Amino acid sequence: MFTYYLDLALRSLKRNKVLTALMVIAIAVGIGASMTTLTVMHLLSGDPVPTRSGTLFYPQVDGNPTPGDFKQPLDVMDYQSAVDLWGAHRADAQTLVVDSPVRLSAPGVNLPTLMPSMLSTTSDFFPMFDVPFRYGSGWSADDDARHARVAVISDDLNHKLFGGRDSVGQVLRLRDTDVRIVGVLRPWRPSPVFYTVAGGRFANGDTADFYGKTQDVFTPFFTGLELNDGNFQQFTCWHMPERPGHLQNSPCAWVRLWVQLGDAGKVAAYKQFLDGYAAQQAALGRIVRPQNTRLRSLMQWLDYNGVVPGDVRLQTWLAFAFLAICLFNMIGLLLAKFLRRSGEIGVRRALGASRGAVFAQCLVEAGLVGLIGGIGGLGLTLLGLWLVRRQPVAYADLAHLDVSMFVATFVTAIAASLLAGVLPAFRASRVAPGLQLKTL
Amino acid sequence: MELRPILSTLRRHKTTAWLLILEIALTCAIVCNAVFMINHRLQHMEMPTGIDEHALVQIQLAEVTPSPDIYARAREDLAVIRQVPGVLDVALVNQLPLGGSSSNASIKLDPEQRQPTLSAGTYFGGNLAQTMGLRLLAGRHLQPDEVLDADVVLKALATGDTKVIAPVTVITQAMAQRLWPGADALGKTIYVGPVGVRVVGVVADLARANAYDDATAHYSMILPMFMGAGKDQSYLIRTRPQDRQAVLKAAVAALKKADPRRVVTEQRTYDEVRDKFFENDRSMAGILVGAIAALLIVTALGIVGLASFWVAQRRRTIGVRRALGATRRNILNYFQTENLLLATIGIVLGMVLAYAINLFLMLHYELPRLPAIYFPVGAIALWLIGQLAVLGPALRAAAVPPVVATRSV
Repeated sequence: MFTYYLDLALRSLKRNKVLTALMVIAIAVGIGASMTTLTVMHLLSGDPVPTRSGTLFYPQVDGNPTPGDFKQPLDVMDYQSAVDLWGAHRADAQTLVVDSPVRLSAPGVNLPTLMPSMLSTTSDFFPMFDVPFRYGSGWSADDDARHARVAVISDDLNHKLFGGRDSVGQVLRLRDTDVRIVGVLRPWRPSPVFYTVAGGRFANGDTADFYGKTQDVFTPFFTGLELNDGNFQQFTCWHMPERPGHLQNSPCAWVRLWVQLGDAGKVAAYKQFLDGYAAQQAALGRIVRPQNTRLRSLMQWLDYNGVVPGDVRLQTWLAFAFLAICLFNMIGLLLAKFLRRSGEIGVRRALGASRGAVFAQCLVEAGLVGLIGGIGGLGLTLLGLWLVRRQPVAYADLAHLDVSMFVATFVTAIAASLLAGVLPAFRASRVAPGLQLKTL
Repeated sequence: MELRPILSTLRRHKTTAWLLILEIALTCAIVCNAVFMINHRLQHMEMPTGIDEHALVQIQLAEVTPSPDIYARAREDLAVIRQVPGVLDVALVNQLPLGGSSSNASIKLDPEQRQPTLSAGTYFGGNLAQTMGLRLLAGRHLQPDEVLDADVVLKALATGDTKVIAPVTVITQAMAQRLWPGADALGKTIYVGPVGVRVVGVVADLARANAYDDATAHYSMILPMFMGAGKDQSYLIRTRPQDRQAVLKAAVAALKKADPRRVVTEQRTYDEVRDKFFENDRSMAGILVGAIAALLIVTALGIVGLASFWVAQRRRTIGVRRALGATRRNILNYFQTENLLLATIGIVLGMVLAYAINLFLMLHYELPRLPAIYFPVGAIALWLIGQLAVLGPALRAAAVPPVVATRSV
């Protein structure tokens, strides 16, 4: 039966090529626009560490000693709070994070001096965030404690400096210090680069830069602080730091802490520990708002920062309004098409076709339009994503169609056209056979 | 033109007619808002900075070996740049208007205040106002002897021995108006943290580095502090607009000659700074233009499709009318009027919807209210599109010969 309907649908579509083409174009353009923006949305609002985002938390205490009615703690912590909390080792895993630009050269590699971004962090960083290694591995807690001169580099940097071969054991010069490479990452592109996200709520929706590449060099936290002293950037300061760029013991917030907590009990216990720490520091007079502590989960933290750029959300709205218009268009055209065949439908009804059969036949025709439109839409989506990749935004290189969005394109196209087909098909199935036969 | 026959025909095609009306309404609503958003972006992109944009170039350097004396280093560099032919003026700046990365301070009018009054962009430097070409409205610029090296100022602030420093500032008019509406700002004191600073000058404008929000984009102040050489500082050179590229190249060469082991991290004209800052707005405006075009095309195609269908359906009726004496023009007018009627109803509905969408956007995207001027824009666009789209099918209808009436039974 279905193949018969399919045959009928094809015949009917062929009969009026212009109308068919109009419908296919409308659905293809609508699908192309909405799937392009939806793909970008899907990429930007996704989970940056799907394997363990549920166990990652971002503790905050309010290190700003200025009195005032601040409802939220600062987005990042001061050095002492962050290092104290890290040093207490109360979570399953914990890591300090701070990034800074560093001057880099590799002895024996004939390249001008580079200025990549360096992440200074602690040994738990790699296992905690499920960071993939190509060669070697991260460093140990012992290396953290010894301020060891070691580094892990990104796949990008490994290609740039060493042509992609195993560079473990090679030496890099970071500013004036030699460090030994102990690990090389596989291509790793968490989107956003969640562990340095902060201050998003002040960006007025201009948050595309959270989706850039990761840092190129990773060094143990205290090693990084020593070798790149004077080049650190504060999130904010409540007084001018005495030496700009040198931020230990400065009146500034600039260090981030991430913790891993396996279950709800541990989360509650850690929050209690955090409150306890804030209260104790308040008693010492270092903290004035001990109630201002937060323990947001990774996804809550991204939400709080509104990481999905405002422009992208606006484009998605626009694309769906556009799809709606395309659907209205298609409903009208299908209605015109079906009702024009009233005579034919009347004959079929008179010969014994049930209303359901006519309805099904019309829907098959609508679905077929959707399928063809979906193929066109896929092409337009690929074109749209190509255009996105040419935009000057940090996430441009991420804009590719994945399998789920590929399937979603067709599902949306067919669902949309079936939806558009319901009303016209219903109207067609209500055609009174007698009336139509009389006019023949 | 008699409307009654049109209305009675439409009554027989209620669903199709309403679908067309809804499509037009939705298109109209979105086009109104999209045109408004484009205009809003374009306006944002035209944000004045108060500086002499076409006469400025920026050079930023990263040191290879940290200089023991960053202040002497910066003074040497400034002297080197000043020697370059074509350089009219040069200043060490910590940020540029629309530069992106910013330095800001919370400003209070009373040190005991619980919440700061506003946040202002803080520019440090001496010769900065002259190099940028800021227009002084009242008071004076900072004097060279007031501008002290950063470490001297910071030490004085740390020890509380503030006699050596000159706590003065030059602020923008926007900031002055916000702090003391209608009053004279000269001589008044603002508090940057715990330090009281006296306003000695007011400049017409100086946009912030992070001017994302139009409302606070012009709150800036200049403090008399010389930051010395550092990765966040850059040299801003004033020259003649036609000399910019040559001066940029010559200045970089001169700086490299002075110390060949430095990395030039930035060398660009100020125009490039501005272009970069509004890059996203420009591409978003482009996307909106594309969306409007696509919407209007899809709507036009819908009208073409339905009108063609109606023409084909009424072929015999048209033949009868022609046989009864209707001219081709009558038939043409009939379809044109029908479209005008549908478009008008659609546009009226579209206006209401446009207003509703605007309310939603105001809530979620901090867009201002849609000015009334945008309603006629949407209306005219859709009337035009409707008439253009219906012209083809209507001409085909007008070409139907009267003889059709006698042919088919």
